[in-house]
Amino acid sequence: MKEFLMIALGVLIFVVIFQIAKASEYVSVLKGEEKTRKQNNKINAFFLLGFLIFGLIGAWYCNELYYGKTLFPQGSASVEGEKIDLMLWITIGVTGVVFIITQVLLFWFPFRYQQDDNRKAFYFPHNTKLELVWTTVPAIFLTVLVVFGLKYWFKMTNDAPGNSIVVEVTGHQFGWEFRYPGADKVLGRKNYKLTTGANSLGVDFDDPASHDDIHVSGTMHLPVGVPVKMVINSQDVIHDVGLSQFRLKMDAVPGIPTTQWFTPKITTADMKVKTGNPDYTYEISCDQMCGKGHFSMRGVIIVETMAEYKKWLAEQKSEYFTVHPEKAPAATDSSIKVAAVLQGNK
Amino acid sequence: MSSVATLHGADVHGAHDTHHEHHHHETFITKYVFSQDHKMIAKQFLVTGMIWAIIGGLFSVIFRLQLGYPDSTFPWLEDFLGHWAKGGKLQPEFYYALVTMHGTILVFFVLTAGLSGTFANFLIPLQVGARDMASPFLNMLSYWFFFIASVIMFSSLFVQTGPASGGWTIYPPLSALGDASSGSKIGMDLWLVSMAMFIVSALLGGLNYITTILNMRTKGMSMTRLPLTVWALFFTAVLGVLSFPVLLSGAILLLFDRNLGTSFYLSDIVIAGKILPNEGGSAILFQHLFWFLGHPEVYIILLPAMGMSSEILSVNSRKPIFGYMAMVGSLFAIAILAFLVWAHHMFVTGLNPFLGSFFVLLTLLIAVPSAIKVFNWLTTLWRGNIRFTPGMLFAIGFVSLFISGGLTGIFLGNSALDLHLHDTYFVVAHFHIVMGVASFFGMFAGVYHWFPKMFGRYLNNTMAYIHFWVTIIGAYLIFWPMHYEGLAGMPRRYYEFSNWESFKMFGGLNEFISLVAMIVFAVQLLFVFNFFYSMFKGRKVTTTNPWGSNTLEWTTPINPGHGNWVGEIPEVHRGAYDYAKDGHEFIPQNVPVGADETSH
Repeated sequence: MKEFLMIALGVLIFVVIFQIAKASEYVSVLKGEEKTRKQNNKINAFFLLGFLIFGLIGAWYCNELYYGKTLFPQGSASVEGEKIDLMLWITIGVTGVVFIITQVLLFWFPFRYQQDDNRKAFYFPHNTKLELVWTTVPAIFLTVLVVFGLKYWFKMTNDAPGNSIVVEVTGHQFGWEFRYPGADKVLGRKNYKLTTGANSLGVDFDDPASHDDIHVSGTMHLPVGVPVKMVINSQDVIHDVGLSQFRLKMDAVPGIPTTQWFTPKITTADMKVKTGNPDYTYEISCDQMCGKGHFSMRGVIIVETMAEYKKWLAEQKSEYFTVHPEKAPAATDSSIKVAAVLQGNK
Repeated sequence: MSSVATLHGADVHGAHDTHHEHHHHETFITKYVFSQDHKMIAKQFLVTGMIWAIIGGLFSVIFRLQLGYPDSTFPWLEDFLGHWAKGGKLQPEFYYALVTMHGTILVFFVLTAGLSGTFANFLIPLQVGARDMASPFLNMLSYWFFFIASVIMFSSLFVQTGPASGGWTIYPPLSALGDASSGSKIGMDLWLVSMAMFIVSALLGGLNYITTILNMRTKGMSMTRLPLTVWALFFTAVLGVLSFPVLLSGAILLLFDRNLGTSFYLSDIVIAGKILPNEGGSAILFQHLFWFLGHPEVYIILLPAMGMSSEILSVNSRKPIFGYMAMVGSLFAIAILAFLVWAHHMFVTGLNPFLGSFFVLLTLLIAVPSAIKVFNWLTTLWRGNIRFTPGMLFAIGFVSLFISGGLTGIFLGNSALDLHLHDTYFVVAHFHIVMGVASFFGMFAGVYHWFPKMFGRYLNNTMAYIHFWVTIIGAYLIFWPMHYEGLAGMPRRYYEFSNWESFKMFGGLNEFISLVAMIVFAVQLLFVFNFFYSMFKGRKVTTTNPWGSNTLEWTTPINPGHGNWVGEIPEVHRGAYDYAKDGHEFIPQNVPVGADETSH
């Protein structure tokens, strides 16, 4: 019923507009088409000026409403992201000035130079000096932006620092898997043809390096203040590890592993205090369309102190023993043993 | 060309009715269906494009319903869509199908075929002074290949597993594997076959446009006297002819991967519990092939809008376009750079960072010719004597949107910032403003400006003004706040956000955007109504040159027949922009240069 009323209302508005439009055409014939045209010209000139003024006010109002919801107020959660925020501010500054100047002129000129029978248009076909000025000035500003941009780009895409923790991130329809290399700091080999229900990542357990690797789903734990290098892959279609709070993302491509590193700066607990939001969570969003569950492909990152992180890691059971329980030492002390090995190596 | 030959012998003073007698007999079929008259083919492109625009726009309204009201159900949706809207709630599979088809339809079928197909066909022969295209027959085929592509794409909407749903960019493996998505079953094959037909159409059209512009200009019409519309359409055609074949090859390889067991794009995949045998392919290869067309495609869409806006701004300011040569030069620069920036869509694919840095540099370089164009448009307005015809308003709106959307490109082209903003709503806002809405504004400007030439009648002004003001205000209300969603990291192509701690706070804004989108869509229907109403009942054009324009199309009869000019084609003596010169309001291109005239 509601839909029906809305359609009826729409049709009614339509008919009214049509009748007014037709009537205005007849009126213009009676009044003289030239006179009507000039009147319309004046009205539209005022509208253009009004659009400029209300548009600028609107842009300011929009900023009032939504600035607080962007990621700027909470700041970057990674050390590298601070540079991105700085770059954003510089770019907003430069483009903002250009935006205001050009839009003001674009709407002011039509108002100022609207048709007037007492004035003639000014014959001004070209001026080389002017054109050189507005070729050179944008080129200089863009050079500055490119230089800054590339400096940070190379920094962020460079090799991860030597003290980085390595975590393998694997995307699949529709979830995230994480593999930690364990005490030997080496991830075991993988071969996708070995994938089974139990060995869901296709780890090659003939490689001894795989025996202490730890596999967790959905939630990644990271210590604060230490760089982490993600080795990213996908099992099926292209996904993307989107870490908006850390200001970066990287695709997960089947068959072609990618890497990305960053240094978490603030623990989840501290961020809850900082934002005043007890539910604050670092989330991994899939940012590359991957099928019907794309919007639900959520992962969580918990950034914690080194002590908390080590404690958590120690509690995890290695995947080798989960997949081959018969090889595990007495079930009760397996985790203790792994934990002891881990502690010894740190 | 025998029909054209007879036209030369026609009585110079005869009205266009007389020349029909000289013309061979035309049936309904040859005049309206399999027409070889460039003007009729243009109208066919335009009307087909408008039908597609309504379908594509309607799709966006339906998926905006889901984004704006994720907790509501709409029982009437189930009546239309059946199991795709079970219980009145749009299903995620179909949401993605709608998003995909919205993009495909608007980028290719509306803003490529509907925009440059219409105006390249209509304006090139009329403005260069030719009786028709170089090959009217190929031109006809160009439309009918587009029509076949349209039929195939439309039919894909009705297959049981749904139309393609992997995004308009159809990245494999998602688009290659039926197990990855129901839209990647038969719907995807239809998509690829339809696009192959579409590409044939674009190539036939493009070759014709280039040949016509290079070879069929009338006496005196040197390249530097061409109106900017023709220059823009020329570069558009060159871009299309050089880049569409690459997409065709990419699409054919994808068809092979889908149906013949090849591994061009596939490697190391486990899907639906099955271990696929494909090894050694590269999913990224497809992205290179796709964006090698995909980026020039943006300019294929944008350049005609730039050209038409330049023309309309100059005519209605009653002033020459400022810096004609710089305008041509910047179009040329944009066309060249368009081929060298494609990988800026791929900064987060694991692209070699060193290679990426070149694409950053070249991408931001495009801002220079773009800035030249904007400043030249502004200077054209400066000290003019400006008339606000509906076409003029849309041309001003085009410049405004081009500035707004162009500037955000400086954010996204800088790879370090793209690491953060890629695939967020910031991107959605950026490309909708600069490529989507701006090009639509160029198209509307063109329709309002050349409608009198197309149909011998005017569009209704009142409806036109309502159309303009609601559309420009609506476009900014829809897309401006999306930048904030993007700066909050909100990813695009999400069916809903309620489970996300980081993105769920924009519910109210999304509802507002959806509401405005519906109003803007309704106003486009008003335009469509105005179009068809005015075609038959609009105010009649009583003079051959209603806008006081210099270009050649306004030297033809009010309703030109096939062959355009009765008698000789006019000779050209000057450039297209002699407005306000030597005290004359305007001097058409076919007026000889006077002895006392100043030269510039």
